[in-house]
Amino acid sequence: MAARHRDLGLTDAEYELICDRLGRQPNRVELAMFSLLWSEHCAYKHSRKLLGRLPTDGPGVVMGPGENAGAVDAGPGVVAAFKVESHNHPSAVEPFQGAATGVGGILRDVFAVGARPVAVLDSLRFGEPGASGRSRYLLDRAVAGIGHYGNSIGVPTVGGEVYFETPYEQSCLVNAMCLGLAPAGRLVRSAATGPGNAVVLMGASTGRDGIGGASVLASAELDEGDEAKRPSVQIGDPFEEKKLMECCLQLLEDGALIALQDLGAAGLTSSSAEMASKGGVGVDIDVARVPLREPGMEPFEVMISESQERMLAVVEPSRLERLVDVCATWEVGVAVVGEVTRTGRLRVLSSSEVVADVPVATLVDECPLYDLDPRPPPAPLYPPPAQTLEEDDPGAILLGLLSSPNLASRRPVFEQFDCLVQSRTVRRPAQADAAVLRLPDGGALAVSIDGNGRRVACDPHAGTMEAVFEAAANLACVGAEPLGLTNCLNFGNPEKPHIAWQLERSVAGLADACRTLGVPVVGGNVSLYNEGPDGPVYPTPVVGLVGRLPDAERAGRLGFAREGDAIAVAGRSSVPDLAGSELSKLRGEPLATRLARWDEDQVAGAIAAVREAVRAGALSSAHDIAEGGLATAVAECCLAGALGARIEAPPSQDPERNLFGEAPGRFVLSGPRATLEALRERLDVEVCGQVGGDRLTITMAPARIDLPLDSLREAHESGLSPLFR
Amino acid sequence: MKVGVVRFPGSCDELDALGAASLVGEAVVLWHAEPDLRGVDVVVIPGGFSYGDYLRAGAIARFAPVMGPVARFARDGGPVLGICNGFQVLCEASLLPGALLANRHLRFRCRQVACLVDGPYTPFTRACARGQPLSMPIKHTTGRYHAPAPVLDEIEARGQVVLRYAPGANPNGSVRDIAGVCNADRNVFGLMPHPEHAVDALTGSSDGLCIFESLRQHVDGALAVA
Repeated sequence: MAARHRDLGLTDAEYELICDRLGRQPNRVELAMFSLLWSEHCAYKHSRKLLGRLPTDGPGVVMGPGENAGAVDAGPGVVAAFKVESHNHPSAVEPFQGAATGVGGILRDVFAVGARPVAVLDSLRFGEPGASGRSRYLLDRAVAGIGHYGNSIGVPTVGGEVYFETPYEQSCLVNAMCLGLAPAGRLVRSAATGPGNAVVLMGASTGRDGIGGASVLASAELDEGDEAKRPSVQIGDPFEEKKLMECCLQLLEDGALIALQDLGAAGLTSSSAEMASKGGVGVDIDVARVPLREPGMEPFEVMISESQERMLAVVEPSRLERLVDVCATWEVGVAVVGEVTRTGRLRVLSSSEVVADVPVATLVDECPLYDLDPRPPPAPLYPPPAQTLEEDDPGAILLGLLSSPNLASRRPVFEQFDCLVQSRTVRRPAQADAAVLRLPDGGALAVSIDGNGRRVACDPHAGTMEAVFEAAANLACVGAEPLGLTNCLNFGNPEKPHIAWQLERSVAGLADACRTLGVPVVGGNVSLYNEGPDGPVYPTPVVGLVGRLPDAERAGRLGFAREGDAIAVAGRSSVPDLAGSELSKLRGEPLATRLARWDEDQVAGAIAAVREAVRAGALSSAHDIAEGGLATAVAECCLAGALGARIEAPPSQDPERNLFGEAPGRFVLSGPRATLEALRERLDVEVCGQVGGDRLTITMAPARIDLPLDSLREAHESGLSPLFR
Repeated sequence: MKVGVVRFPGSCDELDALGAASLVGEAVVLWHAEPDLRGVDVVVIPGGFSYGDYLRAGAIARFAPVMGPVARFARDGGPVLGICNGFQVLCEASLLPGALLANRHLRFRCRQVACLVDGPYTPFTRACARGQPLSMPIKHTTGRYHAPAPVLDEIEARGQVVLRYAPGANPNGSVRDIAGVCNADRNVFGLMPHPEHAVDALTGSSDGLCIFESLRQHVDGALAVA
């Protein structure tokens, strides 16, 4: 027994603390339960102290961190609930099911609070597809898995991002975000209340799949022999979840449930313990009443199984009949498996025998929290990327950037996702910088998910701030103002001082950016130990930002729309720099240790001014200048609108930096010349070009780019499509 | 006009179809387990993944209790529209000729496609002109229309090919660019593109409205005669 706790991932000190709290040694069932709830994945034991720094309050916040999903006021009578979560480790072991169940899990989080899921977005990171068969395999199967689940359940996948960098070769990242809508006042919390009330398990039966997923996969580094961990990856069934979702939403509409919680990591153990903890009550669970997929399962297996498509609810006994009827209508399995008690203890019974009996508070709240030991790395943590671009001619550089995996058209990926079911999608992928979903009142929600691990690796604080500002810029380009933010922090092993430093600096940057922009963080997820034998992933905070625009008809587009429109570059107060840029990556330059400085307030002002201009409805297009710089952004506007452009920029001492350098808070706008010039009152705008023709010409003496649209399109489309043949 | 939209467990686009139909008439849900068409004038079998598409797309749905009355309604000349998964269900139920196979590229694909109306003389396309272009989205893995060559020749000769993908726009490898077919009596129509997702320019296109408008004209015309 003595060594067993170590196999399950508990330290000797943690084991002693458990013995101390229980006044005895835990039995096998209890030890299994503690090993999961005291894992990093469930207890956030290395990150909880840091997360306290994030601003979580705001006038529009309806539900903050701590519930299954955060929620904000989204307009008259409507709240938006959303969350992003990782499924990195399962996806690295079995990408199709790992990614599919990642989508399934985040959907359950959103309907667990009573919101109907209306959109999914995903944020993906893999190794270099050109150099690595493993990365191509992971990409192909993860994308197929996301589509399999989201498409089959009737929730549109409206946006996302995918980037390729060598540090993700072994540890890919698969983050999924879900946005849901609910009538105001309909949200339900997960706190179990009312001793004597029934605890009901709904959905799929319980099997041996996913035993120990949270502790085995999500809380340790990956290494050789990961194939053997495949049994720890859960198997998804979107049909089962579709029925479960409709059933739960109907029960909530009927007011039949007191509390609802999804079964994710650590299954019945964490869901029952967390519901009891939040309600300040105890819960008895009888494993003999849990419908099983196979005979002979041990009580501990029943308690920690991560079988998918299950929900736990607390129901008044008088409502049970109605609940069983609704479940029968939707052909959803249902069983009363326990009862709310006054004991403050989680008791597990197997018929009449007590097989576990632990205080809820110890299980949920008394896991030791660890201080990090952050230390900046004395030497670069990551080797320089491999050089893949040698050209110096600006036109050749532009084509190289457009065809590079990080900037090439995402069409081969997003066409595998249904982006329009539910009839809300006003802006589909690649039509605008953010997805736009209409609301019944004529307004719309906008959503964007962003992160740039390489830039965070250069400078964790500045890189993380950039991710938040980038998401806000994306929202501004469709005319939306942020309502709330969710985040997923994907980092390496936090017990290592340099990773701890990345994490600490990154969270500080996230907090600073959210304060500057006045955006509350309403939920999130932390995924640590993303390391392989070759080292840690790039530190990758991913932010999901949800905003609102007043008029769906005026949602912005990124593509040039009208021959003869003037083109302006806005936000010149930010000085672009090649440090940390896509061009420096393609040239194989070592990672910068510092990103260009920029003024937060000025960038926030530029974002607000662009938002107002889009809302006024006078612009033809708006696109933020991000990876690949000005030239890439203009080319993207041309390709999205199938129109050429002529840009005459002032001569430059360093045209390469001005054409391809990166900095936040810059935009390419198009529209009538007078409209663009009128923006000067609020925004640093330079009208410098015109839409039209079938070529892109950029003059920035001594540099000049002159390329037919066909060449740009061929480069842009050729980057990823060969990966999906 | 009263339109009934069938809802199976696993249907995904039933509310979209309900919304589209309600633009031209009254629309109600028909629950899969109830063999009752509630006096509707038109039946729509919507898109999605009925019964999880287990076994084969549409293969289980054809045995649903509601499908007996749907088949009788169709035999009696009632208009039945099958969209995407609904098309697959109607082929499985032998209410339409041919079958839908896996896309040639074997992947799910979602994109806006250009279609051309080839058969305007049906209750579903009477408001359209021959050759009229319709921009509608497709989204499926199993949408490659197939039938043996003699069957294809026969349905072409009878004008049962109602909708084709525009030249170069075939998204799945369907034989002869076929996007939608009707039965010999022209009262059952299945198509892979989604007209219910093309009823509002704000969300992409309003070209699909003409299919619902055709149904309204058909039903109102019949009522006027009666």
